[in-house]
Parts: sequence; C-alpha cells; structure tokens
Amino acid sequence: MSSQDIPEENLPAEQGTAHGAVGVADEKNPFADPGLPPHEHRIQDIDERAAKRSERVVALLFTVSMLATIGFIVSYVTIPNDKSVYVFPIGHLSAMNFALGLTLGVALFCIGAGAVHWARTLMSDAEVADERHPIEASPEVRAKVHADFKQGAKESVIGRRPLIRNTMLGALALVPLSGLFLLRDLGPLPKETLRHTLWAKGKRLVNMNTNQPLRPEDVAVGSLTFAMPDGLKETDEEFQTEIAKAALMIVRLQPDNIKDKRELEWSHEGVVAYSKICTHVGCPISLYEQQTHHVLCPCHQSTFDLSDGARVIFGPAGHALPQLRIGVDSEGYLQALGDFEEPVGPAFWERG
Amino acid sequence: MSTTASNESRSRGKAPAGEKIADWADGRLGIYSLAKANMRKIFPDHWSFMLGEVCLYSFLIIILTGVYLTLFFHPSMNEVVYHGSYVPLQGQLMSEAFNSTLHISFEVRGGLLIRQIHHWAALIFLAGMFVHMMRVFFTGAFRKPREVNWLFGFLLFVLGMFTGFTGYSLPDDLLSGTGVRFMEGAILSVPIIGTYISYFLFGGEFPGHDFVARFYSIHILLLPGIMLGLVVGHLILVFYHKHTQFAGPGKTNNNVVGMPLLPVYMAKAGGFFFLVFGAIAVIAAIAQINPIWAIGPYRPDQVSTGAQPDWYMGMAEGLIRAMPGWEINFWGHTLVLGVFIPLVLFGVVLAAIALYPFIESWVTGDKREHHILDRPRNVPTRTAFGAAWIAWYFVLLIGGGNDLWATHFHLSINAITWFVRVAFFVVPVITFVVTKRICLGLQRRDKEKVLHGRESGIIKRLPHGEFIEVHEPLSQEQLYTLTAHQQYEPVEIGPTVDENGVERKVSGTAKLRAKLSKAYYGEDNQIPKPTVEEYKEITSGHGHH
Repeated sequence: MSSQDIPEENLPAEQGTAHGAVGVADEKNPFADPGLPPHEHRIQDIDERAAKRSERVVALLFTVSMLATIGFIVSYVTIPNDKSVYVFPIGHLSAMNFALGLTLGVALFCIGAGAVHWARTLMSDAEVADERHPIEASPEVRAKVHADFKQGAKESVIGRRPLIRNTMLGALALVPLSGLFLLRDLGPLPKETLRHTLWAKGKRLVNMNTNQPLRPEDVAVGSLTFAMPDGLKETDEEFQTEIAKAALMIVRLQPDNIKDKRELEWSHEGVVAYSKICTHVGCPISLYEQQTHHVLCPCHQSTFDLSDGARVIFGPAGHALPQLRIGVDSEGYLQALGDFEEPVGPAFWERG
Repeated sequence: MSTTASNESRSRGKAPAGEKIADWADGRLGIYSLAKANMRKIFPDHWSFMLGEVCLYSFLIIILTGVYLTLFFHPSMNEVVYHGSYVPLQGQLMSEAFNSTLHISFEVRGGLLIRQIHHWAALIFLAGMFVHMMRVFFTGAFRKPREVNWLFGFLLFVLGMFTGFTGYSLPDDLLSGTGVRFMEGAILSVPIIGTYISYFLFGGEFPGHDFVARFYSIHILLLPGIMLGLVVGHLILVFYHKHTQFAGPGKTNNNVVGMPLLPVYMAKAGGFFFLVFGAIAVIAAIAQINPIWAIGPYRPDQVSTGAQPDWYMGMAEGLIRAMPGWEINFWGHTLVLGVFIPLVLFGVVLAAIALYPFIESWVTGDKREHHILDRPRNVPTRTAFGAAWIAWYFVLLIGGGNDLWATHFHLSINAITWFVRVAFFVVPVITFVVTKRICLGLQRRDKEKVLHGRESGIIKRLPHGEFIEVHEPLSQEQLYTLTAHQQYEPVEIGPTVDENGVERKVSGTAKLRAKLSKAYYGEDNQIPKPTVEEYKEITSGHGHH
C-alpha cells in the first residue's frame, strides 16, 4: 500500500526510524526515504473482545456457506426442472437455475468472505521487507555457463564435422513437411464450386415459407419473398451448404421504376430476383424498405438499391448483389433462366 | 542439503503426521527447498494487483465448468429433429450440437447454470485480462525484467479471444453461425490462399458438416492447453521476479514490502477465488446469457437483427463495419481490401501491443531492472498512448454496435458510421493530447504540493488585513513518495559536424530514436521534479506563505 492512497491526516505526523527501515531520515535531504512507517495496531490486536467478534463473524460466514450447500442439494432434489419463478425486478426465471445459482454462489462467496475477513482482522498485518536479487547471473556464473556450453559443443564435435550438422539440419527442416501434407485432406480444393449454385435453366422458384412454386401474381408490390430452387429439401444432406448459396429474394417493382437496363431485361413483369447473400461477408440480407426499394444487411448494414441493379449505396460491401435471370414456364410458374452469372456471396481472390 | 544421517534422525522422532508426509515428499520431490523460497514470500498490497487474480480464477472456473459441459455436449452437425422439452422448437430440424445444448439447458438439472457460469466467466476472464493489461501498461510494470511476462499475458489475451469465439460458435445457433459466416467471409478475403484456407477449415464449402467438431477440439483442447501452459509460465515468472510495488517510504527497487504468502495471501488470494466464483454463480443465477433456444438453430439463409459478437470481438466488428467496401479487380483476381484491411489492421494493432515494452526500452535505452511502478502521470507520453488506444477501442465498439446505437438512440446508421470513420482518426489524437495535458497538470500539482505544502483550508487574516490560506508542509513520507520517480533525459544525437567541420553520419534509426525520446522526455513532455535546493529555498528563506 502506498502512502498516496491514505488521506494525509491519517498518516502519523511524527516519523521516527521504524522497524525494517532502509532509508534514514536525512537532515540535508528532505526528500530522503524515511523508511517503513511504524506498524499501526488494529483494534483486534489490542482488544481481545474485538478479536473475538471477528472470530465469530468468520465462523458465521463459514456456517452460512455450509447451510447454502445444503440448500443447493435440497433445491436440486425438490425443484421441478420446468418450474419458473418471478423475481422482482428481473422477471421470470427458471426456478431451478435461480435456486442452484444463488445457493452455490452464497456457499462459495461466504467461504471467500470468511477467509478474507480472517486475514484482514486476525492474521498479522505487519509489513515485512524482502530483499530482491538481480535476475542476471553473477559474472562467475555467466563465465562458467559459457565455458560449459563451449565444452559441451566441442565434445559433440558438431563444429568439426559439418557434414553431420548440415544433414541433421536438413532432416529436421524436412520432417515437418509430412505434417503439412497430412493437413491436405482437411478439405477439397475450391475448384469452381464457389461459382455455381443449384440454379439452372428451367428450375422453378419455390416459396421458402409455403414450399409452393411461385407465380408472378403471388409476388405483391412492396413485399419481400424468399425463394429456393425447386427440388431442394430441408432434409437434404447438403441443404445448408446449398441454401447458403442459392437463397433468393424476390420483389416486385414498377417496370418503369427499374433504372438499370439489364435488371429490367432479367426481370419478369417487374418481378426481380436477387441473391440473398450479402457480398460483404455473406450474411443473409433480410431488411427491405418498400418505399425506396433498398435492402439492408442486418449484420454490417451494407445497403443495396434493388431498383438500380442492387448496387451498393452504403456500407462495407464491395459490389452489387448478383441478379438471377427469371421468366415463366409454360404453366405460368416463375423459373430461372440459368445460374447466376457471377459468384454469390463474399468476394474472394479467384473471383475476378 | 541435509545429510542422510540427519534425515534418518528426523524421521525417527515422533513427528506429527503432517510433518512425516512432508518429510516423505521432500525426500522425493525436494519440496523444502521450494517452500523455503516461497512459503513466506512477500507480496505487496494494492487493489490493482487483484485484477490478475480475477483472470486466473475465472480461467480456472471456465476449465471446471467446461469439463462438465463436455460430458453432455455432442459436437456434431448431423441434423436431427428436436423432441425435447422446449415446446416452441419441437419438430424442428437442428444439428446435434444445438440439440445437445438445448438438452443441457432444459433437461440436465443445473446444466443451464453451469452453461451460464461458463459463459459469464469467459466474459469476465477477457474483461479481467483487458483491465489487468491496462494496469500493467499504465504503471510500467512491463519494463525489464518483465517483458517476457508481458508477452505471455498478451498471448493469453489473444488466445482467450479466439477460445471465446470458437466456444460461443459451438451451439450452432443462428447468432453464432452468423459470426462463423462472418469469419469465413473474412478468411475468403485473404489474397491467394484465402479460398483454400476456408475450404480446409470447413472441410469444403460453408458451412459443411465439420466445423463444429473442429472448433470443438480447438476450443477444448488445443487453445486451452496452450493457455494453461502460458498461465503456469506467467505465474512462475511472477513468483520469480517478485511482485512490483508503488514507491513509498521504505519501498525501494531492491526490496519488496508487503505481507507473507503464508498465511495472509494464502487466505486472501485463496479466499478471493471463492469470492470470484461465488459472484459469477450469482450472476449466472439471475442474468441470462446466450439463450440459444430463443435464437434458434443456424440456417445460412436466415438472420436476426442486432447480430452482435461477444464484447471482446467488438473491435474487429467495428473495423469491418466502418471500412468502406474497397475491391480491386485485376487479371481475373479480386483484392478484397474492404475486408482484408480490417483483418490486417487487427493483427497490426495486436502486434503493436505485444511489442510496446521493447519499443519503449529502445527509446529510453534503459537496461536496468525496474520494480517500482510508475504513477501514470509521471510518464505522460506512455499514458497518453494508452488512453488514445482505449479511446480508439471505444470508437470501434460504437462502430461494432452501430445498429444498436441507431435503434436505441434513434440515430441514422449512416451518420453513426461516418462518425466512426472520422473518429477512428481524430479521437485518438485528441485523447492523446488531452491526456498528456492532464498528466502534466497533475505533475505540476505534485510539484506545487511538495514545494508549498498542502492547502489546509484554514484562512488566516494578517495584521494588515490580508487574507491568506495556511499551507501545511508535507511529511517526509509524502515528500519522498512524490519525488521518488526517475526522470529521463532525452537522448541527444549530438553535433552532426565534428570539430574539424567533417559531417558525421547519423543513422535514420538514431534520429528516430532521438525524436521519440524527445517526445517522451523532452522539455514540454515532463515537468522537472522539485529539487532539494528549490525546496530549501522556499521553506527556509521566505517562510510559509
């Protein structure tokens, strides 16, 4: 404890040389180290009744801990796991969790509080000084170690026989390569997989919520519809991986509101389909502002203008959302007219 | 050290059982030599020395509760249909990881409590390390001989972040899955090898079927294994170096003043473990954390608003959100600067933290051991660097939560993002300047106090009517404490032209060093501490005023 934490009036006014003092009050130097201040007795050191009181407090804390542990066991055995309890001001909590946590917490905390109170009031609080020794070895030790090392190195003949040294270094340098090769089968090579999705010419657009193929008239103005390719099922082995690329969002715009020429060309009666996967780091975009036709990614707030080729108008995304070219098949259902022409999702080195 | 004869005589006597066991162990493990050095080891007392203990204990709590969780958790991404007791999710498809986490939360009695203790302890562990590092930084406790221990601590902090990240990704819930997707996107941005790293990490395309099992072995074995080793090394070095202390009467660079390990710190530090554990258990009892059942299982095409990582990833999140979306396309390749620059910046900032002790010791050129802590005000430039970094960190935390700021305070998300982009550069500079001024002001106040005493609050009227405030001289302890710090002289390059007019070559690094040294210890960057002469002149010559 340094003296600057203690209010000045609490410090002893007169200072003699105390026990364990290292500096000596110096007439010539008022800034000299006066040495350790004298030990101040606590009430427990001089009054046995106060000490007895501290003892009782510590014992009480340990006893409360024991009771809390019994409370823990009782709660564990008696409280049904699905019971909930209202605790002001927190609200409804799982009764089991609340009871177990509280009893365990009290049982542990009281052990700690008891130990700390014991240390602070009853154990000696006299400050003692311990010497430090330099970390560095003495010159003799240093010389001895250097000499020993040279002796050892000499006896190994490594310096005299470079052939051994060089081949050993070569062997040690090569051997980790095996480990590197062993990592190869962690995964397949990317190849072209990031460029392709399940979408292909003739695949119907299936409504994600109803699992029914979509007709243009199902898409209302101002609504955001999510779609996946026909044939993909939640129970499929690769469903997660496929939907991570193929997820689609569909909106209906007024054809004359579409500013981008290609967008208009790839749309059907104002219905446009864009990849739902953000081109920033791949979050699914899900916030649609129907007045402005802006969509916002809730992860990092990249904002795209769906009426203008889904170009980025704000946020950290680097390029527009890929559009899927759509039309209707003979039965009047919306269908894809091919795969996305560029990779969906975040950019990567090979994307180009 | 004792001979065999004395060993025998010792064991023949009627020693108490404890002593006999200790003798037995000493004969095999040499525990007496160890105990001689450590049993009555002196530790100094200061509230800030407790921060490291919070980290140590929360780490132990995490290991204890983590082992319990592994008994019930299934690190598998096989899809199953939920039939457990949480009604709203019944019949839903989910991974076994998510399913078993629900099982821990609803069916295992006390499972939810252990899960919440585990998660809360992880947050407190990281927060504790953050604050502990600040303590070490601002008081200069990282100086020789403790630079290596700073590195150990730094590694613990970084590994702690990634252990936390892999840990909260394991339940495979919608929120953490979104975080994993973010990580995958960040990996993809790495030039040349990014796509390959991603495919090797996820066993193919995202999300695949492997990452939960892989994160699991990283989270429960690889990272904590390394961390446990580092914690042990960290503690051994703390014991070996002996603890630092603040300047004060009787406290020198060659001693350590405090109370002995046995019994005082055995009780205080041992008791503190229970205090930390107890406090975390109570928090876990009343404060819900990561309710994955309310979030739902992960689907790469679904997301919730307000998606946030745990707080310690907020800096990375802020960087990624504030960065403009730069992309460069050339020769059929894409350089995804918008994601890659934040990634690199994250690494650079971490590296700067790791190397700071070495940079400062190079600037000062000081090769001596330092066991007396600095008061932050007495090293204004270092303190200002630290404060600027913290301010920068908070700017990025705002950036990382820009959506929450927008919804809670009804602000425009665009305005917040632009604020972060500007503040990213401006706020650290302002903080640096302001902090330095404050430190210098505090140094001046200390000087004033030493030379003129403290204001007593007593107003005295002199015979001719003037009112003065009586100043009381400080005690010698206070005088010593306020003047104990060392002040460096800035490094000088010296004349660049020698006496014969020949130009002397000065290397660029020497110039840089002189410049930095001036920034740290130059005329305007520290207040010369009062000298004995000044003090005597004021206290004797003119009397008190």
